[in-house]
Amino acid sequence: MLKNLRRAVGAIPFMRNPALASRSYSVSVKQMMVREALNSALDEEMSADPTVFLMGEEVGEYQGAYKAGFTGLGVGAAYYGLKPVIEFMTFNFAMQGVDHIINSAAKTNYMSSGNINVPIVFRGPNGPAAGVGAQHSQCYASWYGAIPGLKVVSPYSSEDARGLLKAAIRDPDPVVFLENELLYGESFPVSKQVLDSDFTIPIGKAKIEKEGNDVSIVSFSRMVGFSLKAAEILAKDGIDAEVINLRSIRPLDRSTVNASVRKTNRLVTVEEGFPQHGVGAEICASVVSDSFGYLDAPVERIAGADVPMPYAANLEIIALPQVDDIVRAAKRACYRSVPLSATR
Amino acid sequence: MSNCGTRNSIIHGWTSPRLTRSLAGDGSGKACGIFREKSAVIPAFRRSESARAGDLVEAVTYSDDDDDENQGLEFPGGRVTFTPQMKFIAESTDNRVPCYRVLDNNGCPIPGSTFDQVDKETAVKMYRKMVTLQIMDTIFYEAQRQGRLSFYLTSTGEEAINIATAAALTPDDILFTQYREPGILLWRGFTLEEFANQCFGTKDGHGKGRQMPIHYGSKEHNFFTVSSPIATQLPQAAGAAYSLKMANKEACVVAFTGDGGTSEGDFHAGLNFAAVMEAPVMFICRNNGWAISTPISDQFRSDGVVVKGQAYGIRSIRVDGNDTLAVYSAVRAAREMVITEQKPMLVEFLTYRVGHHSTSDDSTKYRSSNEIEQWKTGRSPISRFRKWVERNGWWSDEEETELRKDARKQVLNAIQVADKTEKPSLEDLFTDVYDSPPSNLVEQEKSLRETIKRHHQDFPSDVPI
Repeated sequence: MLKNLRRAVGAIPFMRNPALASRSYSVSVKQMMVREALNSALDEEMSADPTVFLMGEEVGEYQGAYKAGFTGLGVGAAYYGLKPVIEFMTFNFAMQGVDHIINSAAKTNYMSSGNINVPIVFRGPNGPAAGVGAQHSQCYASWYGAIPGLKVVSPYSSEDARGLLKAAIRDPDPVVFLENELLYGESFPVSKQVLDSDFTIPIGKAKIEKEGNDVSIVSFSRMVGFSLKAAEILAKDGIDAEVINLRSIRPLDRSTVNASVRKTNRLVTVEEGFPQHGVGAEICASVVSDSFGYLDAPVERIAGADVPMPYAANLEIIALPQVDDIVRAAKRACYRSVPLSATR
Repeated sequence: MSNCGTRNSIIHGWTSPRLTRSLAGDGSGKACGIFREKSAVIPAFRRSESARAGDLVEAVTYSDDDDDENQGLEFPGGRVTFTPQMKFIAESTDNRVPCYRVLDNNGCPIPGSTFDQVDKETAVKMYRKMVTLQIMDTIFYEAQRQGRLSFYLTSTGEEAINIATAAALTPDDILFTQYREPGILLWRGFTLEEFANQCFGTKDGHGKGRQMPIHYGSKEHNFFTVSSPIATQLPQAAGAAYSLKMANKEACVVAFTGDGGTSEGDFHAGLNFAAVMEAPVMFICRNNGWAISTPISDQFRSDGVVVKGQAYGIRSIRVDGNDTLAVYSAVRAAREMVITEQKPMLVEFLTYRVGHHSTSDDSTKYRSSNEIEQWKTGRSPISRFRKWVERNGWWSDEEETELRKDARKQVLNAIQVADKTEKPSLEDLFTDVYDSPPSNLVEQEKSLRETIKRHHQDFPSDVPI
């Protein structure tokens, strides 16, 4: 399954995107894995600012698994002038330190009337990986996305990873940085501008990965890749999809999403997390509230199945959104009749 | 699992005291509030390249000596000697860890006691602050009962811990308290007006009306804002101490918790990390017998909290928390050790919570009024210290009456003024959520103001726009 995905991602013509082609900075474009993008960003930020430091499970010198402990430690260090980057092996484990993230990091600037700011970054893999079961597969985007005082971002490409991580480290507010384990090994083209040590991406701004006119597909992280693949398939059927990469969960770029829906009149949201109270639910509410008159069809929400993630590989595939699900949802939004079984 | 290994990264390792002392840093020791200067140079210590996966680390050499191996063995963690006797360590000893005390119940120094001599000025200041704290607590508590405050929490019975600890520290020492330590702020110069403004949530308060009463915080007094979740301040204190250690200042972090707080996971995390990181933090446990309605017998089965120190490799001491001079001396000594040795300490104060847990509690429901009365009048830290101060000729009945009258008047005045002071204005609802207001909040504030303009009569009149 992974091999197919890699092939699919590699086939997506980034540079053919008209919006991007006008911004080619160099003739030969470097390929960079997301892992490398994150590491290079961390390295550069730590070199530039000695108050930035890393702490986490099995970070650097094989520290241990003491998440509640070092989460609190990081918050305390941030209170007193350092800029910690706290790494969780996965955000599932962050639940053991979530009180520090929410009740301390997120709320302290407000509760201390601006006297104590918390320039901390919490990062790590979020959402499902492959075959790791229920306690290692949850997506926390909507949980953290609900909290005022936090900023929450979720990169897709290497450009996203570099720019958003640098922005997160430089941000005076606490940032939850949701990565995806399966994307670590993915390569993306990066321009010279992206490789610059001062390259940042504004937090709170979505990116239109592919422009289109018929239906807006909104997602984040790994599902952006799936959405782009779905857009390719839809193009063959004459449906010109617009694919939006949210990049930020909080603040949510409502204006980009709404502008898109006002253009296409149809919306599909895609996420790996559980459906109830998910990111898609918030996007749907925003669009219904701000662009109701522009909708020509009900909003389609694609999300993970409403069950704890099963372990068996075949069940895991069914429990997560696949490209076909996105294609079907887009067709439904376009009022095309869709057979129940998946066809290509 | 995650394979996001770091190459050529600079990671702060935990340094040994030896390394720390050889580093340059801003040793000026001048007060700079809670925030260090952002531009302060952080000494670059122990930059390490993490090993690539698969690289061998330096192997530990083990002794080949047979004889040696029969005596003991170097296991991971160090060498242990063997014993053929199967012996269990008892869960408790016959004699509990003794409790350090300087003054007896009549305020007379116990013969042979070692303590820091306190001069008249300090002693009188401590006594005055203890009385003021007691009066402040009494009147604020009454104000809540009268409905003028939504909530209050007293430190009754623990005035010695509050004031003597504060007196033993310097203004540069950083406080992470639980919630029963406002006396420290009182000592450091927080005014009665400031206490009242926070409790009443007025516009003059530091808190901009953001927090419920008694959640004081003051950047200039190096006192981190009180946070409700129990014991979360303990690992945070260790983290702040780690940051302080890098700043190489002659100051330490002091973190408080109660007996109940030691049952939280964060107590373990905080102490363990502080020990491993050799962080300059003094952990103080106010063992006052009750965690809301949970008595000590339901809290833990160890010999109190002091014995837990050794479990983490932390030096500890048990002190009579109602003995002002013992508290003062112990904190001074512990502080000295924390700073010169750059390692954590644990101080257990034995005391009694005379008041209810808070205004939301009626402790007569779970403990006898006799017990409360016995500690309130029979073992009051204030009375005990007063006897010592008077015996030295430093205090009199007249001064007592005058102090109590004045303090009462000032507290009542502060409450009356705060009660009438304007609440924070509308914009304070939206500021400080983030460093700079995000667009959605800017929009919401604009929208709210427009609504208020249109429906002015529906908007509460006591919220300034």
